[in-house]
Amino acid sequence: METSQRDEQFYRSMVRMRAVETELLALSSAGQLRGSLHLAQGQEALPAGAGAALRKDDYVTATYRGHGYVLAKGGPLLPIIAEILGKAAGLGGGKGGKMHLFDLEYGILGTNGIVGAAVGTAAGAAWAAQLQKTDRVALTVCGDGALNQGHVSECMNMAVLYQLPLIILCENNLYSEMTPLSRSHGDVNLAGRAAGFGLNTAQVDGNDPEAVYQVMSEAVNRARTGGGPTFIEAATYRTIGHYQADSGIGYRTAEEVEAWRAKSPLDRWAAKLGKRAPAIAAEEQAAVRAVFEEALALPGPDPLAAGTQVFA
Amino acid sequence: MSQMSVVEATNAALRQELARDPKVFVYGEDVAHYGGMFRVTDGLLRDFGADRVIDTPISESGFLGMGLGAAMAGMRPVAELMFIDFSLVAMDQLLNNIAKTHYMSGGSVPVPLTIITQGGGYRGAAAQHSQMLEALLLHLPGLKVVLPSNAADAKGLLAAAIRDDNPVVFINHKQLFGAKSEVPDGEHVVPLGQARTMREGTDVTLFTYSYLVGMGMQAAEEAATQGVSVEVVDLRTLNPLDWETIAASVTKTHRVVIAHEAHLRCGVGVDLSHQIQSRLFDELDAPIQVVAALDAPIPFAKELEDVVLPSPARLLEACLGAVHG
Ligand SMILES: Cc1ncc(C[n+]2csc(CCOP(=O)(O)OP(=O)(O)O)c2C)c(N)n1
Ligand SMILES: [Mg+2]
Repeated sequence: METSQRDEQFYRSMVRMRAVETELLALSSAGQLRGSLHLAQGQEALPAGAGAALRKDDYVTATYRGHGYVLAKGGPLLPIIAEILGKAAGLGGGKGGKMHLFDLEYGILGTNGIVGAAVGTAAGAAWAAQLQKTDRVALTVCGDGALNQGHVSECMNMAVLYQLPLIILCENNLYSEMTPLSRSHGDVNLAGRAAGFGLNTAQVDGNDPEAVYQVMSEAVNRARTGGGPTFIEAATYRTIGHYQADSGIGYRTAEEVEAWRAKSPLDRWAAKLGKRAPAIAAEEQAAVRAVFEEALALPGPDPLAAGTQVFA
Repeated sequence: MSQMSVVEATNAALRQELARDPKVFVYGEDVAHYGGMFRVTDGLLRDFGADRVIDTPISESGFLGMGLGAAMAGMRPVAELMFIDFSLVAMDQLLNNIAKTHYMSGGSVPVPLTIITQGGGYRGAAAQHSQMLEALLLHLPGLKVVLPSNAADAKGLLAAAIRDDNPVVFINHKQLFGAKSEVPDGEHVVPLGQARTMREGTDVTLFTYSYLVGMGMQAAEEAATQGVSVEVVDLRTLNPLDWETIAASVTKTHRVVIAHEAHLRCGVGVDLSHQIQSRLFDELDAPIQVVAALDAPIPFAKELEDVVLPSPARLLEACLGAVHG
């Protein structure tokens, strides 16, 4: 794909994600969406760039904030939104919700509510791909804070030991909830930590979808060809609160948030596309709106389904 | 007395104990600078300083293990697990180490560690943020487990937990955090192992704890209008259990319902039911009923969560069923 085509694809992907989040935030504010809502405003370039570097049959696991990667993997929007809204036609029949999105057909092995937990899942899928002698790869997305889970360290070691086709994309947005990196990491060099385990490492501007795409493509190519796991540290920032009840201010200065807003990947790519941007944005927003309207009208799950599917 | 929410009362207990004993320190994720995800540790850093109130990384296994070591070395640590669901990444420290140290040391090494946390559903937080895991903690000997149902008990029981020389897990319920009630001013300690009769009755006893105490009171109210007198007992502490109060109530009403939000299989209700029937078989006039969550992970959609978790209607039905057969 040519760069200009990719630029449009990135912009569409980012606008779509933002439109989905805008709808969800409105529903949550109106008390029409259950549970916690972890949004990723400001971080849209990461799923856009990473998604474009993957094949449909590659695997993805992500966090409670990882709906963008599910969208960017290319599956139809309706079952994703339906699940987030707790509808029977959702990916998990309304059982999982937004923190627990699964879609085997598109290699989505779960967004996850437990910090760090999804790293093992992706490493295991990468292991299966290797044992099955396919060239599929697995991407796992985690936060900066997740690197402090013992599970993540264990998996990094095994990824190197077995030379797994795994990419760990670490969204370093400088905070875990309300705690800054400086108060949670003895050494804030995250890529350095991964290098200590022997992973290939790269650092990237996480607000630049093209740069993310390039570094991801390199890592994916390496993984596909037996070159082992890569850890990518992406510098980014959520310009919104940790979840719907957090203003995002107090533990961060307004200046800091504003400085990062100025680096919004959406604005950057809108400027890049120039006059074409508004029409593309309007098209994506309308498509998302239509899916939400359809999803909101869907029936909820049958209460009798509550006790089913505990086992296969 | 002051009107306080459960959050404020929990905070008050932490303040009371931090002020009283220099060995106490409080730590966990977002507890110091932010004041806690649920404001339980609000203002503690400002008032007690950075040696007493400490932020940790998202490293539950590591920091619970460190709580054990610090307790063995003379401190009285209070660790916060933001959600009890996250105890599951630290189960080895909790159950292989914290729970067993005093016993394995032949009683020579006490572990005065307190873990404060919260659990519970009814909010659409789905399968990994809605659980009640007390039964897991009770299954292996060595942990005391406390679940307050109101603000006064939150303050008093937490104070007792921190003063206890054993590891204690203190579990608030997220649905109760904002619930206000009267709390004694000044020093307030509720000894561990004392149940509380919330409502006297003569036909059936409902043993419950945590969020379901309120539901039980509602069910008892409704049952009264239907001519059934329900005694509601808040167990408050699941280990140790208050056998005296339990036995006295069973001996009075001869019928028992046990209700909790956690799952049925291998849960507190099943365990208590066995203990009551084996000790007090001759007192029982009806089979013991247990109301619990359906044995499925807590689902996200309201239609499903409503079926999985206990409701006042199910508590009422069980109470009436125990009496009418
Ligand atoms: C094991 C575990 N501990 C704590 C939490 C609560 N929690 C949810 S998100 C979060 C912060 C994670 O920070 P980071 O990994 O940097 O990801 P970000 O939210 O910034 O995207 C915490 C502590 C959790 N979900 N799981
Ligand atoms: Mg982060």
